[in-house]
Amino acid sequence: MKILVPVKRVIDYNVKPRVKADGTGVDLANVKMSMNPFDEIAVEEAIRLKEAGKAEEIIAVSVGPAKAQETLRTALAMGADRAILVETDEEVEPLAVAKILKAIAADENPGLILLGKQSISDDSNQTGQMLAALMERPQGTFANTVEIDGDSVVVKREIDGGLETVKLALPAIVTTDLRLNEPRYASLPNIMKAKKKPLDSKTPADFGVDIAPRLTTTNVSEPPVRQAGEKVEDVDALVAKLKALGVA
Amino acid sequence: MKTLVLVEHDNSSVKDATLAVVTAASKLGEVHLLVAGSGCAAVADEAAKIAGVDKVHLADDAAYANQLAENVAPLAAGLMADHDAFLAPATTSGKNIAPRVAALLDVMQISDILSVEGDKTFTRPIYAGNAIATVESSDAKLVITVRGTAFDKAATEGGSGTVEAVSGPGDAGTSEFVSAEIAKSERPELTSAKIIVSGGRALKDAATFEEVITPLADKLGAGIGASRAAVDAGYVPNDYQVGQTGKIVAPEVYIAIGISGAIQHLAGMKDSKTIIAINKDEDAPIFQVADIGLVGDLYKVVPELLGKL
Ligand SMILES: Cc1cc2nc3c(=O)[nH]c(=O)nc-3n(C[C@H](O)[C@H](O)[C@H](O)COP(=O)(O)OP(=O)(O)OC[C@H]3O[C@@H](n4cnc5c(N)ncnc54)[C@H](O)[C@@H]3O)c2cc1C
Ligand SMILES: Nc1ncnc2c1ncn2[C@@H]1O[C@H](COP(=O)(O)O)[C@@H](O)[C@H]1O
Repeated sequence: MKILVPVKRVIDYNVKPRVKADGTGVDLANVKMSMNPFDEIAVEEAIRLKEAGKAEEIIAVSVGPAKAQETLRTALAMGADRAILVETDEEVEPLAVAKILKAIAADENPGLILLGKQSISDDSNQTGQMLAALMERPQGTFANTVEIDGDSVVVKREIDGGLETVKLALPAIVTTDLRLNEPRYASLPNIMKAKKKPLDSKTPADFGVDIAPRLTTTNVSEPPVRQAGEKVEDVDALVAKLKALGVA
Repeated sequence: MKTLVLVEHDNSSVKDATLAVVTAASKLGEVHLLVAGSGCAAVADEAAKIAGVDKVHLADDAAYANQLAENVAPLAAGLMADHDAFLAPATTSGKNIAPRVAALLDVMQISDILSVEGDKTFTRPIYAGNAIATVESSDAKLVITVRGTAFDKAATEGGSGTVEAVSGPGDAGTSEFVSAEIAKSERPELTSAKIIVSGGRALKDAATFEEVITPLADKLGAGIGASRAAVDAGYVPNDYQVGQTGKIVAPEVYIAIGISGAIQHLAGMKDSKTIIAINKDEDAPIFQVADIGLVGDLYKVVPELLGKL
């Protein structure tokens, strides 16, 4: 079985994003960019499935600018076998990303597609579900554990009340939650080896996908800033505050 | 405009998360609801009484018993032939189903809206709520998930919607519900609790978390939340996580104990009315958003607080 892992290049999770003064977006110039953390978890899970003999090949895919090559190289250094960059300088919305991924899946026939549940930039939480709908395949979103069982996959999902287990016929789409695994760091020798692994370059047009956005962002602003309040000296002062709030 | 709101329920009653979505939908136009489930007629009757509801579409079929997205999405997409906007709560269930509906309709979903600015214009948080985007859709139909804390809850009484049975394609045959582990608790649910006591990595382990946080929450009649670090370390179950990728809460009072205040955590609680922080590090970022801060060792402060309340 092949596993397809879509990975997105996003602002590093340690960086505090700054809104541009002209309200057109978030300032990404000279900001550290990394692989979306949920996608690292997806790559890790794919590698573990391969190590367990459940998969033969892992293909990482990214839709984005030329620099997304770095993100793909990270996936290769972690243990993916080859990569596909679908290059564009435009912002590509989840719906269009899903259409491109569907076209790639039609070429590659993966048994499993492992995505992150959400990119920490646009916080959409859509791409995996959309891809599953377009492919008319089942989805296991917010995965906490993934087990291949013959021609199905059993996914334990993190849901609002606790956990839910579903059984999906393969091929299936799975999106990762935080507790699925702890991604490995790529070792230096593996980073060197990754430079020689195949990385194909394509464009959205190669797949006949129209990436024209459906949503127009007319403004991006800072959220209302919360002012720091006061520090109280001791527990008695805190109790007095709680009483004033009517909670004690 | 005619809207279709996905009702969140457990086949016996309407979940609270639905009510804020009804409020958002009523800003767009006529409010229709979709109750998809199994043996869920009582849910439809309850839903029809929600203030502002015009009609309830009831799809009662074993295939919809567990809200499997593979089965519910085609049903909803079919009903969208007669509606202009589909709205679901931004809960794990709504987030699972709505994008699937959007893709079937060839529509780009607008996730987690904070406000309705016009027929096609909405605000939504991006970058863990560090920026608020105003977005305008050019799609013929809208698919939206709604942030529960951003809209008032519609009243559960006062409506007189009609209930109409509908059917959809049923079981897609690709997925199967196996089991659920749902923790039962007498405690207020996080997303509707008025007070939340939340613990972080500093709570050391599950037993210590229970020993320190639970009595305080009991005393205050509060819900219990946690940081990702506390959940990852197994102090509490996953559904306690507050934050960018966990639950979004906005209680009257949020008490953060031994939580540093990473941006991913702040994203889930910074709209709380009053934030109280207890942390031994006076420079912890949580103090930048806290209305009331107490610098100190939680193992001294919390027991003392409990004694004095
Ligand atoms: C993709 C991604 C998504 C994430 N999503 C979330 C999310 O949804 N929610 C979330 O919370 N985090 C999330 N995180 C994690 C986040 O970045 C932080 O790592 C996490 O919030 C830290 O948890 P903490 O504050 O409990 O731990 P720490 O940062 O370790 O803080 C512990 C705090 O306890 C204090 N302390 C220690 N001992 C005592 C004592 N005896 N008395 C008083 N204070 C004490 C310390 O001073 C410190 O401030 C996410 C991260 C990533 C990468
Ligand atoms: N441009 C992209 N390239 C590759 N994968 C993507 C891209 N955008 C989204 N994804 C995948 O879809 C997941 C969910 O993203 P989103 O729907 O944008 O929150 C991510 O974690 C990735 O796995």
